[in-house]
Amino acid sequence: MKLIAAIIKPFKLDDVREALADIGVSGITVIEVKGFGRQKGHTELYRGAEYVVDFLPKIKVEIAVDDPLVDQVIEAITNAARTGKIGDGKIFVFDVDQVIRIRTGETGPDAL
Amino acid sequence: MKATKLKTPARTLSALLLTLAPVLAFAQEEPTLSAGDTAWMITATALVLLMTIPGLSLFYAGLVRAKNVLSVLMQCFAITGMISVIWAIYGYSLAFTDGASLNAYIGGLEKAFLSGVTVDALSGSIPESVFMTFQMTFAIITPALIVGAFAERMKFSAMLIFMALWVTLVYIPIAHWVWGGGWVGAMGALDFAGGTVVHINAGVAALMAALVLGRRKGYPTTAMPPHNLGYTVIGASLLWVGWFGFNAGSELAADGTAGMAMTVTQLATAAAALTWMFAEWINHGKASVLGIATGAVAGLVAITPASGTAGPMGALVIGFAGAFFAFIAATKVKVWLGYDDSLDVWGVHGIAGIVGAILTGVFADASLGGSGLAEGMTIAGQVWIQFLSVLATLIYGGIMSLIILLFLKVTIGVRVTEEQETEGLDLALHDERGYIL
Repeated sequence: MKLIAAIIKPFKLDDVREALADIGVSGITVIEVKGFGRQKGHTELYRGAEYVVDFLPKIKVEIAVDDPLVDQVIEAITNAARTGKIGDGKIFVFDVDQVIRIRTGETGPDAL
Repeated sequence: MKATKLKTPARTLSALLLTLAPVLAFAQEEPTLSAGDTAWMITATALVLLMTIPGLSLFYAGLVRAKNVLSVLMQCFAITGMISVIWAIYGYSLAFTDGASLNAYIGGLEKAFLSGVTVDALSGSIPESVFMTFQMTFAIITPALIVGAFAERMKFSAMLIFMALWVTLVYIPIAHWVWGGGWVGAMGALDFAGGTVVHINAGVAALMAALVLGRRKGYPTTAMPPHNLGYTVIGASLLWVGWFGFNAGSELAADGTAGMAMTVTQLATAAAALTWMFAEWINHGKASVLGIATGAVAGLVAITPASGTAGPMGALVIGFAGAFFAFIAATKVKVWLGYDDSLDVWGVHGIAGIVGAILTGVFADASLGGSGLAEGMTIAGQVWIQFLSVLATLIYGGIMSLIILLFLKVTIGVRVTEEQETEGLDLALHDERGYIL
């Protein structure tokens, strides 16, 4: 089992969610984050006080899937989230030791 | 009265008239209540209170960081309550009654506890209760303005004591000097609605507070952008509308002068808002909403002393000048000098107040569309008097504010601890959070 974490541009969330639904992934966790990589921030001015804001708002999408689906998920996210401009984001893949469904107590791939 | 040598018939006639004078004077001067004036003044009083709660409160609240939003609202609200009581107990009397031998500098205590201010008591054509309450709202907003200078770092207890002392030792005397029969009014200074009494006064006190309290932790390198400019614009809008009560209400009557005061207020503010907007556009490349709102406030401040004497075109110039110099002061000079007048009280109220007070002397002249200077007065002469009134306010207000602040600093301390400042005053001083999202 794998946990796929994708940092994407916020306005791409709907596209990514739809792309995942199209390949049968229905569970998803969304976290609002901020960060930067190569994308530069911007300047703000308040009455003569100028600030450089490095952090950009991003969305982190987390999906836990069984191993066979990993490549499909990565491709779906990538295609949906890409704009071609700097700041599109990154995808990380983690190993998952255990998954439990709280309501029923199911474990492993049955809980995904 | 000049002593003259009169021939006998004239002397007899004079003697007769002098005997009758008290009766004639009484018949002419006995004030009668005007329903129109009273209705307007009750409304104006409400408008001016609205300027503080929530106008100024929101204006400032939006400018601070989210963790301090409630502290600003709390300060303004608490000041409103406290100064109301102080005003009733002794403030009104000391500001607006005759102080006998000391009347040039301070009034007396004959109306302490509002003694004599009964249901039927009149002040001109309006109930004295209305006049007193109207003036109370001015005594409330002036200290509330100072909040902007020490925002995000002042102890609540120290703030309350400071405000009580400041209103007592600074606002009340200066109000008496200018409006209550004191020396500044007597020398012919024109300050219709409080350029000196309110804005320069609060401005210089704010400067002192910013210097005594010191800069906020992390200033100026740490970003401290306004957390909710929506609040700020709502606040500025309430200030703009409420200011009609402030300026037009200072006529104490519903008449042509009040009407013109409203007109010049609107025009000066509009000119000022546009001035700051264009200044930012040219200087920075983009205009901002904080800028246009601040510009508007600068215009309101600048027109305040001139609102009873300037004409519409003079108002445009006053608004432009007020905003222009406030823009330089708040965005350039403050940055250059490095002091942390957090919400630009000195930069906007102090500077625009000074500009407005001086220009009041210019645009009161009939040749420039004003209501006309006093008989025999020239523009240069009036400007000189205005300058003296500004100087008096700056010197007395500045020194007295400094003394009070330093006194509090060495006794109970004026600033919160570093931990409290980092945590935010809402939680640290009030056990509350402004936003529970």
